Amino acid sequence: MEAQLALAGEASEASPARLPMTMIQALRSAMDVMLERDPDVVIFGQDVGYFGGVFRCTDGLQAKYGKQRVFDAPISEGGIVGVAVGMGAYGLRPVAEIQFADYFYPASDQIVSEAARLRYRSAGDFTAPLTIRMPCGGGIYGGQTHSQSPEALFTHVCGLRTVMPSNPYDAKGLLIAAIECDDPVIFLEPKRLYNGPFDGHHDRPSTPWSAHPLGLVPQGHYSLPLDQAAVFRPGADITVLTYGTMVWVAEAAARETGIDAEIIDLRCIWPLDLDTIIASVKKTGRCVVLHEATRTSGFGAELVALVQEHCFYHLEVPVERVSGWDTPYPHAQEWDYFPGPARVAAALQRAMEK
Amino acid sequence: MSPIPPPGQLDPLPPASDAAAAAPTPAYEGLRLHVPEPTGRPGCHTDFSYLHLSPAGAVRKPELDVAAVDTADLAYSLIRVLDEDGVARGPWAPELGPEQLLHGLRTMLKTRVFDSRMLIAQRQKKLSFYMQSLGEEAIGSAHAMALRDGDMCFPTYRQQSLLLGRDDVPMVELICQLLSNERDPLKGRQLPVMYSIKKAGFFTISGNLATQFIQAVGWGMASAIKGDTKIASGWIGDGATAESDFHTALTFAHVYRAPVILNVVNNQWAISTFQAIAGGEGTTFAARGSGCGIASLRVDGNDFLAVYAVSQWAAERARRNLGPTLIEWVTYRAGPHSTSDDPSKYRPADEWQRFPLGDPIARLKRHLVDRGLWSEAQHEALQKELEAEVIAAQKEAERFGTLADGHIPSIESMFTDVYKDMPAHLKDQLAQARHYGGRP
Repeated sequence: MEAQLALAGEASEASPARLPMTMIQALRSAMDVMLERDPDVVIFGQDVGYFGGVFRCTDGLQAKYGKQRVFDAPISEGGIVGVAVGMGAYGLRPVAEIQFADYFYPASDQIVSEAARLRYRSAGDFTAPLTIRMPCGGGIYGGQTHSQSPEALFTHVCGLRTVMPSNPYDAKGLLIAAIECDDPVIFLEPKRLYNGPFDGHHDRPSTPWSAHPLGLVPQGHYSLPLDQAAVFRPGADITVLTYGTMVWVAEAAARETGIDAEIIDLRCIWPLDLDTIIASVKKTGRCVVLHEATRTSGFGAELVALVQEHCFYHLEVPVERVSGWDTPYPHAQEWDYFPGPARVAAALQRAMEK
Repeated sequence: MSPIPPPGQLDPLPPASDAAAAAPTPAYEGLRLHVPEPTGRPGCHTDFSYLHLSPAGAVRKPELDVAAVDTADLAYSLIRVLDEDGVARGPWAPELGPEQLLHGLRTMLKTRVFDSRMLIAQRQKKLSFYMQSLGEEAIGSAHAMALRDGDMCFPTYRQQSLLLGRDDVPMVELICQLLSNERDPLKGRQLPVMYSIKKAGFFTISGNLATQFIQAVGWGMASAIKGDTKIASGWIGDGATAESDFHTALTFAHVYRAPVILNVVNNQWAISTFQAIAGGEGTTFAARGSGCGIASLRVDGNDFLAVYAVSQWAAERARRNLGPTLIEWVTYRAGPHSTSDDPSKYRPADEWQRFPLGDPIARLKRHLVDRGLWSEAQHEALQKELEAEVIAAQKEAERFGTLADGHIPSIESMFTDVYKDMPAHLKDQLAQARHYGGRP
């Protein structure tokens, strides 16, 4: 936590005062800042314009910047991403929204075959400097099509950057960086974290972001690098590699077990910050990988492989994965599916006992 | 002739009646799946009556600000200028000077000569793959003349004629791309014919069909957002209209009144698949446009004058912020789909000779000769000149290597441009590839 805040402080030296913001407000602020700074930034998607988004992330932006900059789109994910690619080729910097990550599939061809490869196949003649925002993740009784974590479907695509923040401060800094980045960025937003941190204890009252230091967000422009992880909680016993909501679950598990875990919030899932990962695992000799997404061929498999390749002689125990089960995301069995603090704590304890 | 029902004359539904409701359940015949077939298969002739032609000069020319709904009849007829005798007729006859007409003829002929020479080069294994545009040369040649510098075409792999009329696109550069050699502007990354030439308003070609059709709409939207005056021109074949991006492009173009020309090149064939399987039976592709609220025209794609006039009309409409236009260009894919295709396995060998809209080069040539602007001797001389030009360009390009002789772009160029800056994992992989690779 201290390391995370220290990093936050560094990045925001030139920024004006911080305000308490939810992740929703932080994301909106990032888009507001970029609409103001860069006349080529345009924002569109389903219900994004007049209504301000089903999660309120674009509330007020159309009124402030006009319909030429922020507008509603037909319900066509392939169309939304397709026009964004065309706009990028023209020279705009589109920020497109897919209402739920679960609904990106119709845009797969435009994302994989076009946005990701435009620069490569044209040898830099054309580029796709676009950001595709997608609310993702479970823990909200969203059932099969409002809970998915499809990050592994993007990390496998060469040419894409895949990013997922875990708190308002990072959300704004990473989203600004994503919009400014000349590569196409898949920006995944854990909707469970929109209004407050969530550690997996669904039976306890939720806390708002205003009660948390990472909910204090600079008003103006700042950005975070798109290839750096954050040491969310420094520790000596074991390294936890994770991102999104699972960062908070990992913190709860460390607190409850008393294990001095070093929790690394990847923030940028791919390309990622391999140096931070390697340094931590070499220090602790133990590693657990956590994500909400299903297990088989999930991004955790890549993390396990990287740790194995780079830290083999430093590992004291096998690297474990805690993830969603290899099933579609269920409705009624939400808390049997979601990898909550009990499952994470058990994995940490297993790794420490060996 | 199988008639295409004009709008408003479709059979009405039978009236509901109480008597029908009370009647005993009739014995139905078993249902049958309808699978369209072309009339012509190898060994027999195609019945081209399905094309639903109109005589030259017969179809009206609407005002530029025509409402989409008032183009519905145009989507079911065929705009033609040149008649059977090579005479320009009717309201669409464009005002083109001799110089422009001869430029058009030259572009078409250059495209055909280029294609036939590259086909030979592919057979000689100097390049791995090629796609001709034989018979479709008028469409890109004339359309390009109706666009302005700065407009952007989003072509498929069969619009090389958009490029070959331009002075600023060296033929050597195109052939280097085909050869994937050391001077290939795309650094050996792309299959031959997948050109990308931004300065010529020619968007990077993708192997994935239809994707560029919606991107063209986005490009046009961007131009409108910025208050620019540039327009986009999107391209798609008859077969690819079945892809979902075709429909999203029409929807977005209509919703946002994007300054875009949506070109459907109906060459009757998608590899081995007749256009009826793409949804062309009993209707037209232009009709999709009017169904989506887009002004839509159906045009003789082998009539250079009609292609120019209609392209010019649609470009003007887009530039004046009057919205998109969909154009179905009716033509015929005279050659094989690609160098990997043998059409004699699925269609009559002599089909192009019987196609009622003929050969675009022969038709314009006749028009020019009859007007005293051109002669057989000049045509022959031009053909020879263009052959020499292509051969010289090919020789020049081959100096920089071919895929076959291994003079290909570097290993490093395999790793650059994946991202703007090379990330750590690609630097690491580049080092590994260099360790094992032959050419630095």
